[in-house]
Amino acid sequence: MRYLFRRAVELLATLLLASFLVFVVTEFSPGNVARKTLGAFALQEQVDLLYQRLHLNDPLLVRYGRWLGVLTGVIADPLQDPALKLDFKDPRGDRYFGNFGYSTLYKAPVNDVLWDRLGNTALLAGLAFAVIVPLSLVLGILAGMRAGSRLDRIVSTASIVMTSVPEFASGVILAAIFVVGLGWLPGTSPLDTESGWSIASQLVLPVTVLALYDAGYVARMVRSSMAEVMAKPYIRTAVLKGLNFRTVILRHALRNAMIAPFTVILLQVNWLIGGVVVTEMVFAYPGFGRMLLDASLFGDISLIEAATLIALLVAVTTQLLSDLGYRLLNPQVR
Amino acid sequence: MSLLSIRNLRVEYRTAAGVSVALPDFSLDIQEGERFGLVGESGCGKSTLIMAIMGYLGRNGAIAAGSIHFDGQDLTHASEQTLRGVRGSKIAIVYQEPATALNPTLTIGRQLMEVPITHAGAGTAQARRLAEQVLADVHLPDPASVMARYPNQLSGGQKQRVVIAMALLASPKLLLLDEPTTGLDVTVEAAVLDLVAELREKYRTALFYISHNLGVIARVADRIGVMYAGELVEDAAATALFADPRHPYTRGLLGAIPRLGSDKGSATLSPIPGNVPSPGAPRIGCAFAPRCDFAEPGACDQGPIRMYHAGPAHLARCVRFDQLGGVRRPPPSQAGAAPAAGAAVLEVDGLSKVFALGRARLVANDQLRFTASAGRVLAIVGESGSGKSTFARILCGLDTASGGSLRFAGADLAATRLRGRSQEQVAAIQMVFQNPDGTLNPAHSVGWPIGRALRKFGVSRRGAETEARVKALLELVRLPAHLRHALPRQLSGGQKQRIAIARAFAGNPTLLIADEPVSALDVSVQAAVINLLLSIQAEGRTSMVFISHDLALVRYLADEVVVLYLGKVMESGKVAALFAPPYHPYTEALLSAVPIPDPTVKQVRIRLEGEIPSPLNPGPGCRFAGRCPRKLGPVCDSDPPPVQEASPGHLIACHIPLATLAAVPPVFAQA
Amino acid sequence: MPSEAVLPAGSAAADPPGNTAGADPALRSAIADQLGRPASVEYSGRPALVEYSGRPAPGLLRRLPSSRVAMVGLGLILFWTVLAVLAPVLPIAPPNAQDFAAMGHPGSSARHWLGVDTLGRDMLSRLIWGGRTVLMVAPLAVVVAYAVGAALGLLAGYYRGWVDTVISRACDVILSFPLVVLYVILIANIGPSMLNIVLAVVLASAPGIARIVRGLVLSLAGHEFVAAAHLRRESDLYVMLVELLPNCRGPLITDFCLRLGFTTITIGTLGFLGLGLPPPTPDWGGMVQQATAMITVWPHMALYPCFAIVSLILGFNLLADGLSELALSD
Repeated sequence: MRYLFRRAVELLATLLLASFLVFVVTEFSPGNVARKTLGAFALQEQVDLLYQRLHLNDPLLVRYGRWLGVLTGVIADPLQDPALKLDFKDPRGDRYFGNFGYSTLYKAPVNDVLWDRLGNTALLAGLAFAVIVPLSLVLGILAGMRAGSRLDRIVSTASIVMTSVPEFASGVILAAIFVVGLGWLPGTSPLDTESGWSIASQLVLPVTVLALYDAGYVARMVRSSMAEVMAKPYIRTAVLKGLNFRTVILRHALRNAMIAPFTVILLQVNWLIGGVVVTEMVFAYPGFGRMLLDASLFGDISLIEAATLIALLVAVTTQLLSDLGYRLLNPQVR
Repeated sequence: MSLLSIRNLRVEYRTAAGVSVALPDFSLDIQEGERFGLVGESGCGKSTLIMAIMGYLGRNGAIAAGSIHFDGQDLTHASEQTLRGVRGSKIAIVYQEPATALNPTLTIGRQLMEVPITHAGAGTAQARRLAEQVLADVHLPDPASVMARYPNQLSGGQKQRVVIAMALLASPKLLLLDEPTTGLDVTVEAAVLDLVAELREKYRTALFYISHNLGVIARVADRIGVMYAGELVEDAAATALFADPRHPYTRGLLGAIPRLGSDKGSATLSPIPGNVPSPGAPRIGCAFAPRCDFAEPGACDQGPIRMYHAGPAHLARCVRFDQLGGVRRPPPSQAGAAPAAGAAVLEVDGLSKVFALGRARLVANDQLRFTASAGRVLAIVGESGSGKSTFARILCGLDTASGGSLRFAGADLAATRLRGRSQEQVAAIQMVFQNPDGTLNPAHSVGWPIGRALRKFGVSRRGAETEARVKALLELVRLPAHLRHALPRQLSGGQKQRIAIARAFAGNPTLLIADEPVSALDVSVQAAVINLLLSIQAEGRTSMVFISHDLALVRYLADEVVVLYLGKVMESGKVAALFAPPYHPYTEALLSAVPIPDPTVKQVRIRLEGEIPSPLNPGPGCRFAGRCPRKLGPVCDSDPPPVQEASPGHLIACHIPLATLAAVPPVFAQA
Repeated sequence: MPSEAVLPAGSAAADPPGNTAGADPALRSAIADQLGRPASVEYSGRPALVEYSGRPAPGLLRRLPSSRVAMVGLGLILFWTVLAVLAPVLPIAPPNAQDFAAMGHPGSSARHWLGVDTLGRDMLSRLIWGGRTVLMVAPLAVVVAYAVGAALGLLAGYYRGWVDTVISRACDVILSFPLVVLYVILIANIGPSMLNIVLAVVLASAPGIARIVRGLVLSLAGHEFVAAAHLRRESDLYVMLVELLPNCRGPLITDFCLRLGFTTITIGTLGFLGLGLPPPTPDWGGMVQQATAMITVWPHMALYPCFAIVSLILGFNLLADGLSELALSD
């Protein structure tokens, strides 16, 4: 329990530092901040005015503190000040917990933009996860169970090939086959039925693309962990006790072989967040990843900061979960 | 009919380099209820033999010829199902490393209960009862709580007891023990060996005990086989084997280990020249011939050698078994008697080392006090946790003491790390490490650290001079000069230790620390390294601090001995004084635990309870009080023991009066 | 003693950069392997005179031909490398020259074997020149990342204590980012250029390398040869660079290959997201992006660069797999 608390504090610190890093990258140049907030057509005088009003000449750390203050609802969002005539209106008010600010790209409060897209992405990633985990576990275990066997070689080779195809390439290749060649599936996934394709059919390709790379990687991890365990002396002990192969695998090998991949599997969540950026781009999927990319290309500071913070939060939470699970699985560290 | 009958067994492994023959032609019979011991060095094929019997040679191993019959059943052609019925039920194994033989993620209980459930069709309740009963049989306190624990919650000795319990659960007819005490402390080893003997009586099982240690084998076996390069070279009753070995290899092994009671002044070790051949090395005729003093061209190199009857129930695979003559007692060494005690080169006084581990304190060295004389060998004896290695690290400057003094050549070095020491002081104290595989950097040629040391210590500056000195040092350790270009992985363990010795002597040290320098080496090469160390040390009048757990070896080479237990000096003095009463009760227990490679020597049987306790937060009394078989009473726990002088220079830290200790019978007696 | 079955192969290989939390078991076996036989340099003396204790083990690179997987990988890499090196002298059109006549029928023809792209530029030429770009940027970025990461890992593993805490924490922070997200916000803010891409790859990869090196150093530091170096009073820098670093070689060679493949993926992905090298520099990822709109009409424009990048990444991955298998197999 004390461990868990310590770990949570550590991860919170990591989260803070990481969000500071994002803040540094996006708001390092204060002139840029004012310019980006006002858009490309604003007059220099307007930019200068905003620069002064927002105290953008303050040190970076002070400005980061202010951003944290707005986020936690301690101070009011200065951009919503009517005196600025920015017309940044948020029905939730200018001071509340979770105030991510105003998106200049979508011309709406970040909280109006963010959550729907995050939901769409959660659907995509969740489905991919549901494919990756059973597939890679079964393949990895079967291959690692008898290292060097024919099945092992097939699985190993297949997983190397799978991890050699970047998501954008598999997206294009699969689209060329199933959309252009066979016409079985839609090439875009806007998640509405205007095109005549069902939502389910729109999900097939994005989920496949996301799952392919990861399943290959996780299967490889599971396989090598399983093979390593199978060579352990305690497996020999189990066999030479007279147990049958099935019992040896199920009771003695599996749990030990799952300890290392468990962490890896949970960390795939982190990986999927990256993967969705590309996949959503390929299939014009209205998700979080594409939103982040668009925000970055546009220079929508508040949205970038909000999105990366969410991504980091997810990443750090899964890390905490994987630590926990590791301790549950492994009696040696309990 | 024999219980186990192995006939002309040939086992091969397929490797990338081709087929490697691990066992060329192996035959052996073991009778019901027999106690058979098999001795062999690393790579001789003893583990392969065990796995062949169990039908578990792995994907790349196979029985190419011959047969194994067990209890009338042919195991060589048995189905997987038949094998499952034999494994763990009729034949069970006790493994070398209990820590890895147990599944880390299953409780002890589950791992034990599997055996009766699988083989006897027992229900859970019955299996639990049986498991608890056998845990009680191996003298584990509170079996029910042990059942619920995971392997990492038990000590090494406890784990080995669990493994033994697991093997005995199905009352096997044959128990295979594969070096079951290697890696355990001497006192724990003695207790495990006693346990095996006790349980054999109870379960009436035949024992097949494998070890590289002749002393251990002498204690457990009635009949002994000696194995060399995949072949059984001698097979005889234990007494006959030790009294009249008829194979030169057996003789070599016995000559290479010190006998208790012999010392460097009265005898010398005779090493077997050369190295143990790698498994599967090609050969014609006798595999031992290249290392054999008796090898005769025309007789020993003409095809396979058969087993000859050297006596009643005594077989030897040697053409010249009847021409070896009587056993030669090794001649006294040329080194002569120990040199007269010189001035003190090292004075340790009140030296302590305390590590803070969170809130706990680990007292690794506690008020150590002893001196080492110039040109002599001081042995520090202790089991794990005794703090002997911590002391070595402080002495050579890798660590600093928390208190006390360490006077060497006029300076107090207790608090001075290597950085703070002068070049002379650094060169003066050098070390030879325990593990030959870690002692040399795998990325550099073996000559390179020697040359580097020569330059760092200012012995030589120019390239050519360094080169010449490196060659000279290799000659000093009896290695060919060209070997300096080799990488560590191309050298044998003994050769690596020689390089380490050469490296240590590069700066002409006045004090050499040898930290268990031969404990990881094969028996047949240990003697050569010991002889080398002693001759260099004696020639150069170098002082040596020799750290060891091997009392026979210490008896052989030390002039003075310090016995440590949990960071405290229990006893110190001249070697002869230490090995005779009055003993410190701990020394007495250690001596009684040493496995002696001579069945005619009778040892007093003293066994310590439990295991070496944790050195964390020690109490005020005697460290040994908790396990002391001669404990007086509460005073041992509450007061630090007084240091009593039994004879000049012989100090014993104990509450028991000297007169009582002196009246204790000697541990050893010749039958 | 021959061990049961074949050792787990590819356990070191199964660690893609940036995903290091799962590396520990793989790392451990890699280290154990490394200490058993550091197999990447050849013994240069006179082997015939040495009395071997075991079988002579020639260096990893010399044994490479015995691994079919590694040779296939090496073949793929060499194929692209040779084309990239020879690009300026090959009889191909300049990568940015537009052939307006071919735009009507952009498919393959006698003039343009692989056809032209939407702007009438020769696909074959752009593929070869795109390979040249990747094969310049990826190795450069990985080498710099290795220099930074290895230095950090050495410092953290050797000094431990607060140095380790600071370095490890900093690495944790960067590694907690989803990689693509990190790349996107970085490049979008500092701008796409070759230098910035290299910088981004270094920032993202160095922590993973530092972690591996730190782990290796921690496990090596307990060995007696390090104590022996201290007993000669060698400097810290000497111990790190001469005693420790050379022994990290084995696992790092495999990781280096994997990382090259992974960096190729990264560069391609950045190009595809519009954050790659600015046009008109030929860049496989960028070529795919420009062609996706035309995929229903002219799929070859998007597919050829996809095949190109997959073949190169496959080459790196197969080589890495072969290397780790070789390291474990003897």
